[in-house]
Amino acid sequence: MFGKTALYATALMVAAPGIALGQAERVDPGTTGPAWSPYLVGVLIGVLSMLTFYFSDKPLGASTAYARIAGMLGRLVARQHTESLRFYAKKAPAVDWQVMLVAGILLGGLLAAWTGGEITGRWLPPFWVERFGQSVGLRLVVAFLGGGLMAFGARLAGGCTSGHGISGALQLSVGSWIALIGFFVGGVATAMLLFHT
Amino acid sequence: MTREHDTTGKGSPSPGRPPLKSSGAQLALGLLFGIIFGFLLQKGGVGKYEVLIGMLLLEDFTVLKVMLSAVVVGMIGIHALYAARLVKRHIKPTRYGANILGGLVFGVGFGLAAYCPGTGAVALGQGNFDAAAVLVGMMAGSYAFAEASGWIAGTVDRWGARGRLTLPKLLGVRPAVFLPAFAVVLVLLLAAIHWFIDAQP
Repeated sequence: MFGKTALYATALMVAAPGIALGQAERVDPGTTGPAWSPYLVGVLIGVLSMLTFYFSDKPLGASTAYARIAGMLGRLVARQHTESLRFYAKKAPAVDWQVMLVAGILLGGLLAAWTGGEITGRWLPPFWVERFGQSVGLRLVVAFLGGGLMAFGARLAGGCTSGHGISGALQLSVGSWIALIGFFVGGVATAMLLFHT
Repeated sequence: MTREHDTTGKGSPSPGRPPLKSSGAQLALGLLFGIIFGFLLQKGGVGKYEVLIGMLLLEDFTVLKVMLSAVVVGMIGIHALYAARLVKRHIKPTRYGANILGGLVFGVGFGLAAYCPGTGAVALGQGNFDAAAVLVGMMAGSYAFAEASGWIAGTVDRWGARGRLTLPKLLGVRPAVFLPAFAVVLVLLLAAIHWFIDAQP
């Protein structure tokens, strides 16, 4: 009796890593959920925002960096025109703290995916392929349009999911909470139309 | 340094000057904070297309869990630092028209792209190359906004402009009362998602 149980237990212990390995091969690293607890990650981002306020006198935010980079490119093509625009009179088209932050975000994403074995290296998300097929061009056009609308909306609203959604929301700004609700209302409606009709 | 800090109210602290003032040191700090931010976002799964679109299809609430946890901790932490006069606030002006319109336009773009400005950079870093098109699109959209910025400043920006309005001020509640109550509400919201939505098979 005892021998039999021990035999099964041993067999299971030998088989388990094998099963896990087989599973690991089937699971796509890019489509699994979060590697760490989302609550832990959120808490650490909350602490990080305290550090940026204290050490840099800056809130976390991402979207303005793209506007500054666009302004730098615009200045290469049409210097006078770019500098005449009202927006760039207030937000100089230059590398600043936030442009460095966004460059860091990209590097940090690479570092985390690399250490976690989650580098994807592909043009099309599998979930997108299931719905819209293998055309890379279609995905890139939709992604470009999405990026364009997002940036325009973020500038109009005064921030993005980081600047309003985290930094503004945690400072209890009324405008930030309104914008954040708008992000999700618009986003949910659009995603539902894309994937559920 | 940005000049968006709160200048209203006599209780605002005078110092709050960052310990590292040189611009080179600040640029390096920006990069370091960005690496930490991007690392955390990727580990939180929010650089993944499926997690982000899952949020917008109301099937995966990882994004909301990350955001609300960050808001609860940051809200308490930054208000404590502010009360201790160690930091300045950076409250953006409330403009009902621009906040609502811009929020909705952003949302439509968010639905199409799935990646947002921060998580788009994370996505590209982890090898989702389609995020590059989002990043390029964001530069184009930003420049388009800059083209329209003169007109917008005179119109949309003025619709329902309320200045640096906060929730406690709007509701007429003291921040010391509002803050803990709101933290409890947000934690209960997280708990409700955990118990009632995640528990569904």
